[in-house]
Amino acid sequence: MTQPAANCPNCGAKIVFRWSSSVQTVCEYCKSILVRTDVDLKKVSQVADLPPNASPIQIGTEGVYNHQTFVAVGRIIYEYDQGTWNEWHIVLNNGSAWLSDAQDNYVVTFAAPGRKLPKSANVGQRYVWDNQGYQVSTITKAHYRGVEGELPFEYWDKEDVVFIDLMSENGKFATIDYSDEEPALYLGETVEFDDLKLKNLRTFEGWS
Amino acid sequence: MSASGANPPASPQVKSVNCPGCGAALSLRSFSQAVTVVCDHCHSILDTQDPQLKILQQFKKITDEDAPLIPLGTRGKLRGAVYEVIGFQRRTIHVEGIPYSWHEYLLFNPYKGFRYLTEYNGHWNDTAALRSLPTLNNFAGEGTVNYVGERYRHFQTCEAETSYVLGEFPWQVRVGETAEVTDYVSPPRVLSSERSGKEITWSMGEYMSGRDVWKAFSLPNDPPEPIGVYENQPSPFSADTRTIWMIFATFAVVVVVMMIGFASISADEQVFQGDYKFNPYSKAEASFVTDGFELKGRTSDVALSTTTNVDNSWIYLNFALINEDSGQAYDFGREISYYYGHDEDGFWHEGSTDDTAIVPSVPPGHYYLRVEPESDVKAGIISYTITAKRDVPQFSFFGIALLALLAPAALLTWRSINFEHLRWAESDHAPMESSDDDGDDN
Repeated sequence: MTQPAANCPNCGAKIVFRWSSSVQTVCEYCKSILVRTDVDLKKVSQVADLPPNASPIQIGTEGVYNHQTFVAVGRIIYEYDQGTWNEWHIVLNNGSAWLSDAQDNYVVTFAAPGRKLPKSANVGQRYVWDNQGYQVSTITKAHYRGVEGELPFEYWDKEDVVFIDLMSENGKFATIDYSDEEPALYLGETVEFDDLKLKNLRTFEGWS
Repeated sequence: MSASGANPPASPQVKSVNCPGCGAALSLRSFSQAVTVVCDHCHSILDTQDPQLKILQQFKKITDEDAPLIPLGTRGKLRGAVYEVIGFQRRTIHVEGIPYSWHEYLLFNPYKGFRYLTEYNGHWNDTAALRSLPTLNNFAGEGTVNYVGERYRHFQTCEAETSYVLGEFPWQVRVGETAEVTDYVSPPRVLSSERSGKEITWSMGEYMSGRDVWKAFSLPNDPPEPIGVYENQPSPFSADTRTIWMIFATFAVVVVVMMIGFASISADEQVFQGDYKFNPYSKAEASFVTDGFELKGRTSDVALSTTTNVDNSWIYLNFALINEDSGQAYDFGREISYYYGHDEDGFWHEGSTDDTAIVPSVPPGHYYLRVEPESDVKAGIISYTITAKRDVPQFSFFGIALLALLAPAALLTWRSINFEHLRWAESDHAPMESSDDDGDDN
């Protein structure tokens, strides 16, 4: 299952990729952010201490979505004025997706490139992608707060960026991510904790 | 850090901090989810995102009356998961100048996240944020909304002010903050929208009895008795009303079938008829006996019908149905009167020229009638015909049975309507005859 190993150019620790298409990873030992090149791994940055975070998910957490098993291989932590949230990079049989955990509200989304996206929007505005209507529910200004594990793209040290979250009348969910010059759309749905059948979760003192 | 770097982070622990306002010890129960925490000693609202726990607001505690009914830190089981009470707030609305307050208990589970218990006058709701948007059927906000195939009716829109807070919250709380809260009900559920600024958040509550809350959180003593009817309180009558009408319909069918059955097996056989005249003016003995007749077959009722030509007059007939063999007599009297005329309201009439009397359970045998007529001497000669029939189907019994069945169904329906009336009397759509003035519409 695991992919060819390499060594951290910073500390020499062994770096194992769980997913062959990962572009970026973080050395578990020295917290160097490493980016894959054609030949080797290049250190591009260093993760500062991660903020205290209460996501019950961790790297290696396994679950089930749409009858497919997945494993969490990486995450981005964002910070905004109401705290932090996590975008867990999950790998399924046929690709990767995002399991977002915002105050234990769980959403699974997939990158949906090639759709027409607004430059900005207002709460309540409606959009249709793939014959599904969505309504803007929140507009959040957030910034990168840390990364962990493997990601499908390079992501570190981002300034304040805007996220537009959209809901539908049937549990579908969309996010427009303005991290890059070209906005990126993610489409998916809200999911119940129990339905994800998560294994290898974190434990919380006093809770079993 | 480096030695343990490769290990997963240690289990998050309940954090103890000290209030920068008064130094009291506070515990943070939701690990790092809290955004604000309230010191329950000096009522400072603290910023938990700030390492120094900056004081965001200090509010004056006006009264101690509002101690939470479920103490912070209490754990209970809701929908199969354990939740801990970590925050408490009172929210107040003003209707025609009168403050009404409800309480919200913030519940936390580190895997499932947050839920609420809300309490108003002893009525409880188990509430969670919606994951989908409801469909508004009327964009103005009033009217109805649909959610997961269910229609909710607008109940109330009001400005709710946070008037007291305790514990921790995963969002910014301040005393004095307001939000526009709109409730739509479909008992036992309520959909609530909260608008603050540009954002609208939706939640759904399901009615819970205080007793169930007390059981879920293993609380001592008894929950406060609920007062009045709450907006999404399930009517104790609506299900029963449906059931009782079903039962009534079933019995009505049975009764009708029985009526048809009895009608078809009844002989309805004429056994006697005689025409008579009575002159009240005559001094002669009025009483007489009729010819004999035979009642055959089983013991059955006898219907004795009399048709007369009374015309603004009356006749009183004393009957005796006498068994020739045993001498047993069935005595009864009938008054037949018919009056009519004109007054300022037009034609009127009273009484009838006909009459039927039923003698129940008459055994078979040979019978005759003794008849003793009486009337007003001024009535003139009255002609009348007496007809006797045996085994006549009786429907009045079935009518009484249906009425007896109808009574509880009607009573329950009335109570159900009354319950709904009490529910909606508290809404923005209270019926006009209610005593409170409809001030906010003007």
